[in-house]
Amino acid sequence: MEVEVRLPTVLRQHANGAAVVKVDAANIGEVLSELASKYPGMSGQLLTESGELHKFVNVYLNDDDVRYLDKLDTKLNDGDTISILPAVAGGSD
Amino acid sequence: MIEIPSTILDAIESYLIKQYPLEGCGLISADISFDKLDTVVGWFPCKNKAKSAKLYELDPVDYLKADRAAEDKLQQIIGVVHSHTHSDPYPSPTDVNNAPDPSWHYVIVSLRFPSPSTRSYKILDGKINEEKIVIT
Repeated sequence: MEVEVRLPTVLRQHANGAAVVKVDAANIGEVLSELASKYPGMSGQLLTESGELHKFVNVYLNDDDVRYLDKLDTKLNDGDTISILPAVAGGSD
Repeated sequence: MIEIPSTILDAIESYLIKQYPLEGCGLISADISFDKLDTVVGWFPCKNKAKSAKLYELDPVDYLKADRAAEDKLQQIIGVVHSHTHSDPYPSPTDVNNAPDPSWHYVIVSLRFPSPSTRSYKILDGKINEEKIVIT
């Protein structure tokens, strides 16, 4: 099914500046694989070499962080919106 | 250079003081326009999931809410603010290693002394460049 994916500014350069792209996918893993395939510049930033969700990225299905759903196996429905945002962290040490 | 209205800077520092002795964090936004991306117009406090005096981990759901709220106002997130509770307002190796976006402004508020000290930086390929804060 076709879903809308909202990209963070740091990834838009790999998608010709687009803030939102559409992909055909049945689950979150397929969304990320499809993005990596269409936009090779994103590949190393979304998934690790072993195919896991990269720790520097958060992926949301509508309002929920997919790490608290079924991660990459999270199933999608028509009209779902996927959002990708960088993980933001740091500190004084 | 980053422009921050004094009302927003006051709100940022007040929020971070309230989180003390833990580090606090949040996001700043600007109007979506190529010539206004250095002018802060919005501030979104976010929970520190790490609940630590030495680390912050910006709550991902708060980030999503801030991103959407900014977009609803035709704004975009342009940077992150966090406090250093016991050290100077200068990016730590952890800050540099975790900097997610080279276009962002990285604002650090030191609460080491009674009066907050705020600085802003750009971080590109691990290089730290301080930028001037213009308070409007």
